[in-house]
Amino acid sequence: MTVAHVLDLLNTVPWWLVVTVKAVIVLVIVQTVFAYSMLFERKIMAWMQLRPGPNRVGPWGLMQPAADAAKMLFKEDLTPKTADPIIYKLAPFISLICAMGAFAVIPFSESSAGIWGVADVNAGILVIFAITSIGVYGISLAGWASGSKFPLLGAVRSTAQMISYELAMTMSVIGVLILAGTTSLSGIVHAQAKVWYIIPQIFGFAIYIITAVAETNRAPFDLVEAETELVGGFHTEYSGLRFGLFFIAEYLNMITVACIATLLFLGGWNAPFGLTIVPGLIWFVLKAGLFIFMYIWLRTTLPRLRYDRLMNFGWKFLLPAATLNLMVTAAIVAVLG
Amino acid sequence: MILFFALAIVLVASAIVTIVQKSPVYSVVSLLVNFIALAAMYFTLNAEFIGVIQIVVYTGAILVLFVFVIALLSSGIGPFSEGPDRLPKILVPALVATLAAFGFLTYGLTRVPLGTLPAHVTTSTVGDVGKANVFGSVGDFGAALFTTHLLPFEVTAFILMVAVIGVVVLGSDATIAPTHGTHVPKKKSRERESIVKAAK
Repeated sequence: MTVAHVLDLLNTVPWWLVVTVKAVIVLVIVQTVFAYSMLFERKIMAWMQLRPGPNRVGPWGLMQPAADAAKMLFKEDLTPKTADPIIYKLAPFISLICAMGAFAVIPFSESSAGIWGVADVNAGILVIFAITSIGVYGISLAGWASGSKFPLLGAVRSTAQMISYELAMTMSVIGVLILAGTTSLSGIVHAQAKVWYIIPQIFGFAIYIITAVAETNRAPFDLVEAETELVGGFHTEYSGLRFGLFFIAEYLNMITVACIATLLFLGGWNAPFGLTIVPGLIWFVLKAGLFIFMYIWLRTTLPRLRYDRLMNFGWKFLLPAATLNLMVTAAIVAVLG
Repeated sequence: MILFFALAIVLVASAIVTIVQKSPVYSVVSLLVNFIALAAMYFTLNAEFIGVIQIVVYTGAILVLFVFVIALLSSGIGPFSEGPDRLPKILVPALVATLAAFGFLTYGLTRVPLGTLPAHVTTSTVGDVGKANVFGSVGDFGAALFTTHLLPFEVTAFILMVAVIGVVVLGSDATIAPTHGTHVPKKKSRERESIVKAAK
């Protein structure tokens, strides 16, 4: 059976079945990537701090994610007496569904048959921003519904932080959209066939990295769950599988942000230096992996910011800088284009 | 069609829950469902851009601020305390005003030939509104708004007006018990005096 046969066969299958199968495959892969990026983080952090890291479960600790998952599953699922039961139970699902939803429109690679992804939407980047912007509700409702002070403080901080940094993030991305002239993610990758946008948009890329770390509530912007002052932040009261859902959502958001950075600034699945022997998917994974490594690197290196400085930095530096970058880009494109 | 009715039921149900719910956070959550269902409705009309913008602007920005304010102001889980029931007093004037407004609307609408376009307006067929590439265009949208969809348009304007007046009524000082405004500052200053005296 040749490739053409397979494609003919695919055309007879109803579209909803194709989409469902694609979605299931992507979700299974993404969950596996989540599990191992967690192990990756723990190992890298350990090596940076001169510790061995997890090394007991399986060879080199490779079965550690499975052990963690089993632990999460069998822990008791507690609901505090003061909590609002419905919203308390709903919130982790909002977080997780939004985190997973973004993968519906991310193209991972391309072949002659088309895009490797669940859907290739024209307004792809807008759809991702729309889906991830709903994710804030998971955190803020969780903090509110827990009915105790630390989660509430964490949730209020997170809402303020995410709204503030979302502005600068969107602004930093518009520069790329102007250069590419399209909002389709595959279109943006095609537009980078010659020069990756990290070169003309280096300032946009820097702003994007900073805001991305803040948007995903990771160190040094992890004030949302600052252990030393807020116990655990918005998920203080959560335990067992519901905490696990928040945990998965956080890592999936990291992976989403890494994928967007790869697509918008690092040329997506385009091979560098003409090394087209290596398939595009491998390049995509390598670039996104590099971005995730940078996340871990930041976490082990930098101390947490103070909250007022975080807000000042976001509103008084990042937003004006992103706006300036956007205006200069627009002017240059208008003059040259 | 099934999708339309499913979404419509979700939309209406979540809108009713938003109004009826006494807990503000439940209202916000059901408004969230409403906004997302509305965006889905736009998607089914091939208006992806409006749908996405609906989520980014309303769900992602405005409603988050609602949650933020509610979480800050009423961190307690109980519903807002109810004010005095003033419905009996205003029932008759409100009924008269509503009937009058309804009368004006009916009078006005019967004088406009619904569903026909003035000769100088050139657009694609109004019936095409909702199909691909036509939905977003400003001209068609405006034409549909003032001809075939005049009644919903006027009713929406009326509802928005009610909302504005409602905010003014709820937000004005008159709704707070009149003793509230005068007593509290005095008490505070007295307390302050006593603290100052104690310090001396």
